[in-house]
Amino acid sequence: MRDVTAPVPLTLEAVTIAIGGRPLFAPLSLTVPPGGVVTIKGASGSGKSTLLSHLCGTLAPDFTATGRASLGDSPLDGLPPEHRRMGILFQDDLLFPHLSVGGNLAFGLPAGLDRAERAGRIATALEEAGMVGFEARDPATLSGGQRARVACLRTLLAEPRALLLDEPFSKLDTALRGRFRAFVFEHARARALPTLLVTHDPSDAEAAGGPVIDLEFA
Amino acid sequence: MEATRPGQRRGWLRFAPAVTLLLFLGPVGAGLVGAVLPAFGYLPALGGDGPSLDPWRRLAAYPGTGSAVGMSLWTGLAAATLSFTLTTGFAAACHGTRLFRRMQRLFAPLLAVPHAAFALGLAFLLAPSGWLLRVLSPWATGYQWPPDIALSPDPYGLNLILALVVKETPFLFLMTLGALAQVPADRTLAVARGLGYGRATAWIKAVLPLVYRQIRLPILAVVAFSVSVVDVALLLTGSTSPTLAILIMRWANDPDLAFQFVAAAGACLQLGVALAAILAWTGGERLVARLGRRWVMDGARGGAEGAARIATALTVAVAGVGVAALAAMGVWSVARRWRWPDALPSEWSLGNWAGFSGMAGGPAATTLIVGLVAAVIGLVLVLACLEAEDRAGRRPTSRALWLLYTPLIVPQVAFLFGAQVLLLGLGLEGTWGALIWAHLLFVLPYMFLSLSEPFRRLDPRYARGALCLGAGPNRVFWRIKLPMLTRAVAIALAVGFAVSVGEYLPTVFAGGGRITTLTTEAVARAGGGDFRVIGVFAVLQAALPLIGFLLASILPGWLHRHRRGMREGL
Amino acid sequence: MPTMPRVSGRSALAILAAPLAIGLFALSVASPASAQERVWPEILAAAEGESVYWNAWGGSESTNGYIQWVADTVEDRFGIDLVHVKLNDTAEAVRKVLAEKTAGRDEDGSVDLIWINGENFKAMKDANLLHGPLDEILPNFALIDPVEKPTTVIDFTVPTEGLEAPWGMAKIVFPYDSARLEETPGSIRELLAFAKANPGRFTYPAPPDFTGTTFLKQALHALADDPAVLLDPAGGNFAAVTAPLWAYLDELDPVLWREGTDYPKSSTEQMRMLDNGAVDIAISFNPGEASALIAQGRLPETVRTFVFDEGTIGNTHFVAIPYNAAHKDAAMVVANFLMGPEAQARKQDATVWGDQTVLSVAKLSAEQRALFADLPRGPATLPPNALGPSLPEPHPTWMTRIEEHWLTRYGS
Repeated sequence: MRDVTAPVPLTLEAVTIAIGGRPLFAPLSLTVPPGGVVTIKGASGSGKSTLLSHLCGTLAPDFTATGRASLGDSPLDGLPPEHRRMGILFQDDLLFPHLSVGGNLAFGLPAGLDRAERAGRIATALEEAGMVGFEARDPATLSGGQRARVACLRTLLAEPRALLLDEPFSKLDTALRGRFRAFVFEHARARALPTLLVTHDPSDAEAAGGPVIDLEFA
Repeated sequence: MEATRPGQRRGWLRFAPAVTLLLFLGPVGAGLVGAVLPAFGYLPALGGDGPSLDPWRRLAAYPGTGSAVGMSLWTGLAAATLSFTLTTGFAAACHGTRLFRRMQRLFAPLLAVPHAAFALGLAFLLAPSGWLLRVLSPWATGYQWPPDIALSPDPYGLNLILALVVKETPFLFLMTLGALAQVPADRTLAVARGLGYGRATAWIKAVLPLVYRQIRLPILAVVAFSVSVVDVALLLTGSTSPTLAILIMRWANDPDLAFQFVAAAGACLQLGVALAAILAWTGGERLVARLGRRWVMDGARGGAEGAARIATALTVAVAGVGVAALAAMGVWSVARRWRWPDALPSEWSLGNWAGFSGMAGGPAATTLIVGLVAAVIGLVLVLACLEAEDRAGRRPTSRALWLLYTPLIVPQVAFLFGAQVLLLGLGLEGTWGALIWAHLLFVLPYMFLSLSEPFRRLDPRYARGALCLGAGPNRVFWRIKLPMLTRAVAIALAVGFAVSVGEYLPTVFAGGGRITTLTTEAVARAGGGDFRVIGVFAVLQAALPLIGFLLASILPGWLHRHRRGMREGL
Repeated sequence: MPTMPRVSGRSALAILAAPLAIGLFALSVASPASAQERVWPEILAAAEGESVYWNAWGGSESTNGYIQWVADTVEDRFGIDLVHVKLNDTAEAVRKVLAEKTAGRDEDGSVDLIWINGENFKAMKDANLLHGPLDEILPNFALIDPVEKPTTVIDFTVPTEGLEAPWGMAKIVFPYDSARLEETPGSIRELLAFAKANPGRFTYPAPPDFTGTTFLKQALHALADDPAVLLDPAGGNFAAVTAPLWAYLDELDPVLWREGTDYPKSSTEQMRMLDNGAVDIAISFNPGEASALIAQGRLPETVRTFVFDEGTIGNTHFVAIPYNAAHKDAAMVVANFLMGPEAQARKQDATVWGDQTVLSVAKLSAEQRALFADLPRGPATLPPNALGPSLPEPHPTWMTRIEEHWLTRYGS
């Protein structure tokens, strides 16, 4: 990764994942441009989440993946997850229960920033989410919407170069869902992140506005 | 492409399972060889250059070997069966109730108290001149003198069985709790009850089959332990109805050194008895499974309710016996004169404590240090093995980790002698290192048992999420996994510490008599028969692990006092 | 309190230790203990600053307390650091030395001093595991009179040959509660009559417990046609010689506590039964033990002791030094101190231990004699002239076979 700041597309070429030699879906090729969203739809068990794990580098050992994935010119395959800079959001917020809101956000921040800079970035992020002064709060005391936003901020503070969304809206109620969806897409677009969304909910795909791919069984 | 997994990064951690196994199984194997060779006549020091079946002939000819084997099997299998039945019945009847939670809190400390302390308390509680009859005599029983009846010790092994049940029911209960957290117990129960099944019947028909698979290993460990236990059996069986383990001790201590061959053959027989008991248990499993399947499918909605209620009452009674046995030792420690039929001492005195606490200081410090060091090393090894397994996936070496449980299955008497000679040969006998290693043999498996499930149960998405945030595996381990497992880690440490405190034979073998702990001091005193001294040592011996468990239950909560999400579970 | 390193099963959570596996190592030839030609002051000087690991039964607070006093005293006086390694069973120490020998550790062994007698001594002597002879070195051997107290040089019929230093005298006595029992049996026959008249009120510790086995030897000695044969090894005459013993026990068994289906595991357990009134008579191997237990609040003040007119079994217990002991000089200094009038007098004090001295009063100076003059005897201890004759221990082979036979008939 030569240039770490310039936006780059996320590209998949003939990617497929197999378990026990049996592929989960037909080889998948796609390109997500910077700031764009591609939605992958599929029934449960079709391998959507597995695909995202693969892109993150956290695929369980039982699976084998083939094909190529790259961010711009840099291939992803073979990189350990912490060097890929793929931000991911799950269905559950997965805030670390032993850390405060501020601690969770700080965990996302890159190393090498001085103390004031870190505090500043966290404060700014919380401000963007309408949660000024929430640094010391226990995540367990937040509302569902607040937790979802903190999770998203944490991912963004890690300065990812692409965003992977693993049905992050599905557990929120309808009203909240629309707002949070807008929050995520807005931030992704602002940072020109290529975003890959997997979902089984048509309204998510609609809101994303980009191309929709149906994941087919192999 | 497989190379995209994080576990691909290879480090020293990868060797953790193999190294751990080697460190612990090698000596056990060598120890077994050290028992097998003399059993077949090879022991040059005593003029045995074998091979010979003579030790086995003498073993068979010794008066009472046969009945001792029978006694071992009977007491061991009965204790394991009862403990399992009570645990199951109690869990079935009380799952999700307040009593369930309360017993959880009571059982953990009962588990912590060393066997010997319990057995001593129980012996005093149930003897014809014991506490129970003292409270009832002469006003209720009419006994002016202690009755000449076989209450405790008894020729049928009933006291031994009771003592084992008191210790094993809490163990199996806590193991069941761990297993319940891994299976969809609540939902399964809700579904079954929605279909009209009674609470206990639903639990046994629908949840037990899920749970049993998870607690099978602990149960087998209980079976093997029960048929080969030494200290409890010595204190609670009649002098004319010994178990095999007692006979082995008798032979090994016979001044006639030729009995060493018989003792070695006996140790091999003990291993056979333990394996036979495990076989019997697995045979029983199959039988119960066949009969049970028919019962599960016959559609009856009740049927287990009454039995489960009885099991609950018995479980509470068993816990009560445990508490009373401990209390008896506590009272003795402050008694000066306490004769039949006084319900409480006629003269009290703190002199026992004043007189013996000075003597106990050194051993107490040793116990503390050895226990802490063993528990910390055990924790490091267990975490290294589990983390290696997590990073590399289940590979042959990590899959072989169940071998760590070998010291729980193989009777202590069968391999400790040989292991001691190994230490002597290496010039390590009597050193702290050897002592800690010997304790780790038993500390490690119990810590593994205690920590592996919470570790494996930890939602892997937290770690994956953290990796995607740019944290390396080490940072994820230290900053995410370990803090989230605070409670489990604390409990594992308390378990390891408690196991170390209770170890008797390994301490004697590895410590060479020069390093004494509270347990070796307590057992040395047990022979003197002065309950007041025994009481002081039993209380001290019980107090250390209890404090450990207390800290383990309080500290994590305090550390995370501002984090509601860390309060429960794990 | 039992004055013996024990072989009891109860506290014998002990060691199967090394011996089982000793076979892994080849037997090495012991380095011959070079004859000590050195003079005592030289040994005293060499002993200073050394540690002595004394392996001794640790079950009794009286004995532990006494050993602690010895440790404090030798520290002050000789600069020796004495460590009491508390054993459940003397056999543990024997085995440790044997294991060291087989592992080739002929020097720098871990055991410096052992409290020992009887079969354990015989086992160590036969296997050449002892350092000595000590009687040519330790000055206090001069205060021993083997004619007056033959058991100080003959341990269970085995000549000690100076390989162990006498430390205390033991003798069978029967503690009873005088508040409940007015007349005591005067012989083994009268004991049977008592048991028949009071079923369930007598018992004895189950062999192979040391005291229990000694009770059987006591009975055999009284019942055998010619007790003199017991001094030779048991052979083909075993059945004939012991027949009266089994006939006696067959009569006694059904009127014992629990009708002989169970027995106490040790003499201490039986002492506790006496305290609680579960039996009327106990057995002790130390004439002063009952008094000591009264003083500790572990027996009623009405307890007294009796002996048989025909005499009771008596023996001596010793300390010995293993051939490979790391600190032989200091161990010899301690052994000599233990035999000295000061340590012996303190040991005879009923409030400390209550053990009879091994020394010959005739050989003591007036000053030394005074140490023994006004010792409190304790309410339950018989005066020396009322203790009756001491019967000799039979040859160890009798013990082994009697135990095995007993186990077959009554054991299981």
